Amino acid sequence: MSDGIKKFMFVNTKAPYGTVYALESLEVVLISAAFDQSVSLVFCDDGVFQIANNQKTDDSGMKNFSPAYKALGDYDINKLYVEKESLEERGLTLDNLMALTYEDEDDDWAEKPSIILVTRAELADLMDEQDVVISS
Amino acid sequence: MAMLHTVNKSPFERNSLNSCLTKSKEGSTILLIEDAVVGALKGTIVADKLTAAVANKNVCVLGSDLNTRGFTEADIIDGIKIVDYAGFVDLVAEHSNVQSWL
Amino acid sequence: MATISVEGKEIEVDEEGYLVNLDEWFPAIATEMAKIDEVEMGDDHWDIINFLREYYEEYQIAPAVRVLTKAVAKKLGKEKGNSKYLYELFPYGPGKQACKFAGLPKPTGCV
Repeated sequence: MSDGIKKFMFVNTKAPYGTVYALESLEVVLISAAFDQSVSLVFCDDGVFQIANNQKTDDSGMKNFSPAYKALGDYDINKLYVEKESLEERGLTLDNLMALTYEDEDDDWAEKPSIILVTRAELADLMDEQDVVISS
Repeated sequence: MAMLHTVNKSPFERNSLNSCLTKSKEGSTILLIEDAVVGALKGTIVADKLTAAVANKNVCVLGSDLNTRGFTEADIIDGIKIVDYAGFVDLVAEHSNVQSWL
Repeated sequence: MATISVEGKEIEVDEEGYLVNLDEWFPAIATEMAKIDEVEMGDDHWDIINFLREYYEEYQIAPAVRVLTKAVAKKLGKEKGNSKYLYELFPYGPGKQACKFAGLPKPTGCV
């Protein structure tokens, strides 16, 4: 694009906690927001577990980093695509996910949902439109 | 004495839970830990296999790892037991051997 | 491991002066860190420190400067939510320095 803004898509496919991919990807996403690019996120396959509601780590002693996804709106990252088939395969619905929102600057700071439910086929099209796709 | 099988990888990403289910004997114990705890959830594409396993094997899930990922007893298949760390240790002590499916 | 001495306690800090154990924080630590950096803490400084601690409590991350500025503007008003004001309070950077005083980790993405 002529204005130098590229479309970055971060595709999250791994469950949190068992491996470090989810946390590392989140950190890269937060850093990328400093560069004023167009950033969207995808949660598919086991990546949908990253934004599961009610994560409680008191007994496991791990750091619960799920609250940080709620800050994505502050970072102007408000396109979070969740793959419908991935939820269904795991017995989940949108109700199992955190209610992630952002405040729309152009609409008197109205709070709007960031999560967009998409099908596998729609996701393929979305990926095709990106300048950079980073999977983890 | 029976074998204790532990599985620590998500069944949606790896085949280790499936391998464990097909190669574990009746009466053995299967304990889901770390990312494998999501295999215990109701309504998944692997739920039928887990439900079948519960009929003749002792299937357990580590509660703290389940809670960490946002799920509780209400979300898991009937017949799968929740154990805590002390219960994990008891299971290791009660079984003659432990097989870790990675 | 480096330490700083606050009210008779030895507090562990990393090579850049950030707290090693975030749970150890108490207000006098901020005052002592400010003294080391030659910053005199006033109410305006504490507003930002308290804001950062609340932000971390809620989101478990130290906000980027841009996010901090925007959020401060919303909470404390436009005259405080701008980088000039924040840099006057924390000359080494509202992200890095204020987060350090507040006992937070260095903001993700700061080098």
